Amino acid sequence: MEAPGATCLRSGIRICAVLFVTNNSLRRKLEKLSTFVSVTASPWMEVAIKVAILIQICLPSVVKSNNGVEETRKWRCQVSCTAQNIMEFAELIKTPRVDGVVLHRPFMPTVEGTLCLTGHHLILSSRQDNTEELWLLHANIDSIEKRFIGSLGTIIVKCKDLRVIQLDIPGMEECLNIASSIEALSTLDSVSLMYPFFYRPLFEVIEDGWQLFVPEEAFKDLESMTDEWRLSEVNKDFSVCPSYPSLLTVPKDIDDESLCKAASFRHGGRFPVLSYYHKKNGMVMMRAAQPLTGTNGRRCKEDEKLINATLCAGKRGYIIDTRTIAVAQQAKARGGGFEQEANYPQWRRIHKAIERSNVLQESLIKLVEACNDQSHSMDRWLSKLEASNWQSHVKEILTTACLAAQCIDREGASVLVHGTEGTDSTLQVTSLAQIILDPACRTIRGFEALIEREWLQAGHPFQQRCAQSAYSNGKPRSEAPVFLLFLDCVWQILRQFPCSFQFNENFLIMLFEHTYASQFGTFLGNSVGERVKLQLSQKTVSLWSWVNRPQEMERFLNPLYEPNNLVIWPSVAPQSLLLWEGVFLRWNRSTKCLDEAYQEMVHIIEYNKELQNKVNSLRRQLAQLETEDNPLQTP
Amino acid sequence: MIVCDITAFPKEIQVKDPAALSAARRPYGESLQMTGGAITLQAPEVWWSEMEHIRMPKVENVRLVDRSYSRRTQVGTLYLTATHTIFVGKGSEDRNELWVLHSLVCNVVKHKASQSGYPLLIHCKNFQVIQFIIPQESDCHDVYISLSRLSRPEKYEELYCFSFNPNVDKAEREHSWDFLDLKAEFSRMGLPNKMWHITPINREYRVCDTYPADLFVPKSVTLPVIVGSSKFRSRGRFPTLSYYCKENHATICRSSQPLSGFSARCLEDEQMLQAIMKSNPGSRFMYVVDTRPKLNAMANRAAGKGYENEDNYCNIKFQFIGIENIHVMRNSQQKLIEVSALRSPSMGEFLLGLENSDWLRHIKSIMEAGIFISKAVAEEGVSVLVHCSDGWDRTAQVCSVASVLLDPYYRTIKGMMVLIEKDWVSFGHKFSHRCGHLDGEAKEVSPVIDQFLECVWQLMEQFPCAFEYNEKFLISIHNHVYSCHYGNFICNSQKERKDLRIKEKTHSIWPHLWENKLDFMNPLFKPEQSQNQGLLRPSTAPYCFKYWRRLYNRFDRELHPRQSELDCLMTIKEETQQLEEELALYEQKLAVLDKERAKTLYMQKGVLDSKQPLWSLPLDTTLANTPQDYLGGFMGGAPNVFTLQQGERESAELCLFGDKPKSSDADNSDQESGVADFSSHSSGEESLPSEDSGKDPDSDETGPNKA
Repeated sequence: MEAPGATCLRSGIRICAVLFVTNNSLRRKLEKLSTFVSVTASPWMEVAIKVAILIQICLPSVVKSNNGVEETRKWRCQVSCTAQNIMEFAELIKTPRVDGVVLHRPFMPTVEGTLCLTGHHLILSSRQDNTEELWLLHANIDSIEKRFIGSLGTIIVKCKDLRVIQLDIPGMEECLNIASSIEALSTLDSVSLMYPFFYRPLFEVIEDGWQLFVPEEAFKDLESMTDEWRLSEVNKDFSVCPSYPSLLTVPKDIDDESLCKAASFRHGGRFPVLSYYHKKNGMVMMRAAQPLTGTNGRRCKEDEKLINATLCAGKRGYIIDTRTIAVAQQAKARGGGFEQEANYPQWRRIHKAIERSNVLQESLIKLVEACNDQSHSMDRWLSKLEASNWQSHVKEILTTACLAAQCIDREGASVLVHGTEGTDSTLQVTSLAQIILDPACRTIRGFEALIEREWLQAGHPFQQRCAQSAYSNGKPRSEAPVFLLFLDCVWQILRQFPCSFQFNENFLIMLFEHTYASQFGTFLGNSVGERVKLQLSQKTVSLWSWVNRPQEMERFLNPLYEPNNLVIWPSVAPQSLLLWEGVFLRWNRSTKCLDEAYQEMVHIIEYNKELQNKVNSLRRQLAQLETEDNPLQTP
Repeated sequence: MIVCDITAFPKEIQVKDPAALSAARRPYGESLQMTGGAITLQAPEVWWSEMEHIRMPKVENVRLVDRSYSRRTQVGTLYLTATHTIFVGKGSEDRNELWVLHSLVCNVVKHKASQSGYPLLIHCKNFQVIQFIIPQESDCHDVYISLSRLSRPEKYEELYCFSFNPNVDKAEREHSWDFLDLKAEFSRMGLPNKMWHITPINREYRVCDTYPADLFVPKSVTLPVIVGSSKFRSRGRFPTLSYYCKENHATICRSSQPLSGFSARCLEDEQMLQAIMKSNPGSRFMYVVDTRPKLNAMANRAAGKGYENEDNYCNIKFQFIGIENIHVMRNSQQKLIEVSALRSPSMGEFLLGLENSDWLRHIKSIMEAGIFISKAVAEEGVSVLVHCSDGWDRTAQVCSVASVLLDPYYRTIKGMMVLIEKDWVSFGHKFSHRCGHLDGEAKEVSPVIDQFLECVWQLMEQFPCAFEYNEKFLISIHNHVYSCHYGNFICNSQKERKDLRIKEKTHSIWPHLWENKLDFMNPLFKPEQSQNQGLLRPSTAPYCFKYWRRLYNRFDRELHPRQSELDCLMTIKEETQQLEEELALYEQKLAVLDKERAKTLYMQKGVLDSKQPLWSLPLDTTLANTPQDYLGGFMGGAPNVFTLQQGERESAELCLFGDKPKSSDADNSDQESGVADFSSHSSGEESLPSEDSGKDPDSDETGPNKA
């Protein structure tokens, strides 16, 4: 096989990539070259090698492509556009490669091989064809620990997906170098240095995920059901509310000017907008941020008018404040507050107790610590689990979401949900309520649309929230497992209604992983405005482009799925809520038996379908034969 | 059709064909299925004596309170019969009936009178809790007194199994007792063989009255050795074989504690152990496992009992495994039951309650003991002698858990039955005492077999494909251990059962369970799978031990998943079987047709693909569509739509505003809005009236749905 792109080879760029190429014949070829290069090494060569490290991920596509020329061009283009960053990475990687590194992972055999650091990955390969290689995104690394026994160094790598691995590295200096490189590379500040900007898919993008869920489409659906709403462009340049998208669904009778005024009365400009329209009875769920009443009880006519416009004549609505009344009272002192009864006589306010993000982060840290506790004492486990409060958060969030859904579906009332900023607990509640109420949200596409609508477009600050995970050492800034808690709640409902979701647990786990570290751009940035600035849709690949490919989708399909058009009311009793083992104990247990059980389930269902098809076709054959034979045969 | 003429029996039930009643709605569905429509009483003299205890055969206008939504009650009539408490709801078309066996009643409690009447709480041994509200105090008292007496029979003859008489003839009944054959089980293990044989020594229960008649001992031990050894063991329970591993000849033997005191020894007992060790030629030593905590065992020495001294016995390795005694276990389960019965607890209350009960810690210790023994036998090929104090509680648990881990046979339906029959029933687990079948010593009651069943359940969670049965099977066994419906779990030993002529007077549970085995099948069971071959190696990490909701909250329907993966897969499997049959039939037909019309064969080559509807899922839609009490009682209970159809739901909505509590919470400082702090809901719930009596004065104005 002739390696394409001979010019690049000559410039020495691809040499380091040799380590990661699994194709044996090609590797041998490149290895020869690499010896050659190392002999004639020059300063330019050094840089070139770093470039190669940086872009190594492009290599397989180059190699595998039939159309070598075009791919190579694409790749060179990539090199030029990232040239400015090369030196940054090059400086950070002091030791790009160490041999004789031993990798320890729980429940997996140890692997000895070569460790390589690239701009975005930590790679460990035994350089044998049949062994799995470890590819770890630096962005996935939450923290590391170093230990030394003599000259043997050990780095314990703790990942954001909660996995903990151990690398034994011979040589003190190498170990220190690797450790400091990992630390630096896993905490890069600049978004534009993130891997999604460098990643080029090895698959053909058939359906661009960036174009899948546009507000206009969602609005068309709404229009077909009601004409009470309009799409406002008031936030076109993100100036009215920086965390909102440019298009917002608002009551038809409220003009943009009123919206601006209402925005000035709400925290962060997040004025009430439509979140969900309940087709069954025309009730709606809206979300916003807290009103800025302050201590002197400020009011805003436009805000009142705006939310009243969503009520039918003579009807009342509910305001679900995700904070306790005490917390909401305290917020007044900082200029926030809640809707005063006197100014909103048509609304009844209910306070719930969903914790703020810093409390949630602490809870996650404690929970993961409990799960990783190696002591085999029953008491410690249960009290630590309890002390983490994680399950309490799950219960509280689910309860609030159920309450919102109950108001809409059972009480026939419209609901406005808000907490303080309207970007965290608010979104948990509005999105979960939709899963309970709307069967469409329980399909894969529908769930993606929900995440897009209620989380990405709605301005959940993913990048801030997911900057660190459970192993972070530093003081949390604005990290919080808000989205993970949402996924946990979805998982709880999925456990209780195992036949009502088109997706399975793997889908939720995959989403959890990608919010914390990903090759896709979907969860970068904190708002639509930021994403536009970063030009994510041009420069990165959408997660949905990958997920929605039939090959990938297969893994995420729930074999038990049967569309269920009913509202599904989960139990929120502590007895019914389980620890999400698939995430929190994922790396601490052998899943062999559980995997086998899952496979068996899939097998049972597939076999059933297969038989059905066979029986059907035989039935038809028989019918055909019998009608043909009819005059001849009378049984 | 109904043979008995019971004045206390509700008319409706007499004339009704019980088979037509929906069995699912009755927690005790099995009983009537078995009766085949007839309820007859075999021993009228006993029955009449029971009737004397019924002060009040029938009470009208009783309210049955739904435990999960205290505001949801059903009015009906309460009947007390000789064997059951029956509640028949009135009004609605699909009548709600509740049958509770007296033998399942654990205790009856009168509560303080409320506005609507006098509450009576019935706690059952299968963890059902029933709350009635009876309008008249005197009626309530009468029911209370009657039930208290009826649920605490003084004689075995009063137990339900002696009056329960399904329509089967005598031969069939006798046959039902032959369903399991322990001799066959031992021969399945490969016994007798050249090392082990059945000793006739206990044929008349003279050596040990709590042991079965047939016991396996090493061939090499003589009768005097057995007698000598039995004299050196508590209650004569000398070491005898429980499980034999054909592959490596290692055995699990069981006994009671030796009467060693501080220094006593017994040559025969030492010879006995030596013989057991020698009958496993592959090993040079054997383990002696004392399942008690070391401290307990040491304390026993002062009473002339104790444990084996390693110096006196050749080649034994002695090991303590700290499983707590029956009293600790009883208290632990009591705490667990309290936690499981908490109404809308917070997460913290539940988890801390679970922890404080220590229940899962005990389960873990039993499991660890089982693992130790199973590994010794399977991996080391070393025989093990297990004992505790008397050798009928912890020893039974540990031996049977080890057996399940060791031998895939015990993971089948039949094997599980055999195991219980062998290690529990025949070896003299004191069912009557431990389950409190008769009125008596409360201190003898302990959930020993519950713990064994739970260990199996915990294993099922870890090895979903390894068991032929599902958890319904375990729950069913649990139910019948306590129900006294069948004779199997009556009395404390084989001898007592023989003396009582249990086999002649009662029926055996096992054929009944076997007949219903389709319900008990695990659809994921893969007998050929690698994980099911030989030894199971469960993890004992604390998080592997889970709360068994299906057992402890068995009757709280709203706590369980609304769609059951298990039911779903079972339906699919059933359908698959039908399809297979259909397919075979069609293929046969086609073959016939083909033969006849060989000429036109080529016409069939076109493949017809058709889109078939998927299996119909057994989704309980009414249940799925019932919201919970998400405001913890504040919402006035969830809308009462439990049995309503889709169309009727809208009209059944309760008004949220109407049930707003008159809040005076301390932290409700928001006077202006008049809204209670809903975050503190769980604390305020108990004080709520059970009726819609606390209507807010402004409810008409605030309730948009009222009109």
